[in-house]
This record gives sequence, C-alpha cells and structure tokens, in this order.
Amino acid sequence: MPRPVQYNTNEKVKLVDMPEGYMGEGFMATSFEKVVGLARKNSLWPLPFATSCCGIEFMATMGANYDLARFGSERMGFTPRQCDMLLVAGTIAKKMAPILRQVYLQMAEPRWVIAIGACASSGGIFDSYSVLQGIDQVIPVDVYVPGCPPRPEGILDGILKLQELVENESLRRRHSEPYKQLMASYGIQ
Amino acid sequence: MALTHEHIIRLLQEKFADPQLTFEEPYGLLTVTAPAEMNLKLLQFLHDEASLQFRFLTDITAVHYPDRKGEELCVVYHLHNLKENVRLRMKIYVPVEKPDVFTATKLFAGANWMERETYDFFGINFVGHPDLRRILNVDEMDYFPMRKEYTLEDPTRTDKDDEMFGR
Repeated sequence: MPRPVQYNTNEKVKLVDMPEGYMGEGFMATSFEKVVGLARKNSLWPLPFATSCCGIEFMATMGANYDLARFGSERMGFTPRQCDMLLVAGTIAKKMAPILRQVYLQMAEPRWVIAIGACASSGGIFDSYSVLQGIDQVIPVDVYVPGCPPRPEGILDGILKLQELVENESLRRRHSEPYKQLMASYGIQ
Repeated sequence: MALTHEHIIRLLQEKFADPQLTFEEPYGLLTVTAPAEMNLKLLQFLHDEASLQFRFLTDITAVHYPDRKGEELCVVYHLHNLKENVRLRMKIYVPVEKPDVFTATKLFAGANWMERETYDFFGINFVGHPDLRRILNVDEMDYFPMRKEYTLEDPTRTDKDDEMFGR
C-alpha cells in the first residue's frame, strides 16, 4: 500500500528568501556580503551564560513550546570557541566579571552578545557593592532584553533583533576603525 | 539527664568565676557574653567538658553596632551539642579601631572559612588565622561592606549607569 510522504515536504519546511541578485540559466550572482549575512543570521550558535532566574526563562525559550530551534539556533554550544552568540542571563557579581570577560575573549570573531534581563543589562534591583552594574561595563553588548525576568517571547524578540543586526552587518565592520576603538575602550586587543 | 541551661550556666560560672561573663536567653537560646580575650578558653571548655560537649561550630558571624563606643563590633559564635541537640550562642565585643580576636581554627577546622567570611564583611582581624584573606568579595575590595558606616545611596557612585533602565 503506498503511503504518501507527510513530512519534509516543501509546505512544512520554511526556507529563507533568496537574496537579491542576477539570475540566469544555471547561475546566480549576488554580493558576497548578502550570502554571508544570510548564512550567519540563520545559524547562530548560542552560548548560554545563565546565572539565575533569567536562565530559567532562557531554558523555556530553548524548550519545545517556544523552540528557539525554529530560528536556526538549534544547538547550545557549551564552549565559547564554537559559538557566535553569547547570551548573558542573570545577575553577574563583580567577582564573576573577569570570568565573563574571559568567556567573551575566548569566542572567535564575529561574536555577538545579548544581555537578557534587567540584571545583565544594568544590575537590576541589585544596586549593591557586590553586583556588576550591567555587563556592558566589561564587554560590549549588541542587544538588551528588558524584563525581570523577560518572558521567552522577549528573549526570542531579542534574538530576532540580533539576527537583523547580523544580517545587515558589513563584512568590513570588524576591521573598521570605530569597531577597533570600541574594543580598545574595553581594553580588548 | 538532658542538658539544661541552668547546668551550662552553673558550670561556666564555677569554672571561670568572672563577673564579666553574662547570660541571657532571648527566644529561648542561651547566649553567653564574654570578654574578647576569653573566647578561646570558653570555646575550649565548652568543647572538652564531658557534660557539655559543644563540638559542632555552626557559624561565626559579626554585627556592627556603630553607637556602642569601644565595643562596636560583636563576634557571634553559634555552637551545637549534637548529642543532646542543645544550641548555644557566644558573643564577644571588640572596638572597631582594633578588632583583634583570637582564631578558633586550632579548635574547629571549619572555623577557617567562617572567619575569612567574617573578616571579609566586617574586618575582624582573627589573630593566628592561617590564611586570612577575602573569600566572597573581589580581592581588590578595600572596605568592609557589611559595616554600618555607609550612606544608603551614594550620589558619587560612578558604576551605576542609568542610561538603559534608570531608577
């Protein structure tokens, strides 16, 4: 008895739109930047740096209900050397700041950072001698997700915002003077 | 025979016969207040005496009383007799200018980290401690954060950035 294939048909698998370009029979020409942006955007490898309740919301974001995998971030990498996207979820104590910085330094360029929740963004309610008042004091941050803790929708929104940044980032940005100045302002070579 | 507060008080008074040794029972917990230089003798006696046997050091902490002149810092020992399940609190007071207290690490190995923590937050100088450095806070910290000598909100702070969330 023939069984019709019910999965992996083109209606079920969503494909990204092709970038603008010139197409003819058997070839397609477009700018390298667009292709690289497309590839990077849809295969961001997340590195979770979860220290408290925002981390729990992030776990829900990874779970089946919210399913971050739909956006191309299928697999957590628990080594900074493999990952593109550092997700800092939770309160960072001043004592942990050098460790966070070390993790960031171990990531290879291009790398992006999302600060999830009020604590990672600004210290949150912990206006205290022991808490880092926002991770942007030690590493540069691309996207801030507000909330205490943010809902998984918020975290997904942050990741979609980051995807926009990644897609439109110039290939030369990481060699540009402003970028070098930004890194120098954090004391990173 | 259960270990009663009266028994502990009687033994301590017989042994030390010191008028500076005072006893109170707030919320049913026997609290011994002693002069600072007597802390080790007391701990040793409470530990060794056959009918007392306070052999478990639950915690060491401190309290800052900025208004008590000459005895601003109070070091609190919590002891536990596990056999009889009786607890005891011991307090000693030291001036904030010279917060020297003898270390209990020779008697209780577990006192090591507790004293480091108490030093870290209150600046109690435990004389004879093998490795008295900060344990929880960053090493560069140059003050003792749990002392009540800071304003609630410091307007000169530079590490609080209100750009994103504000207050």
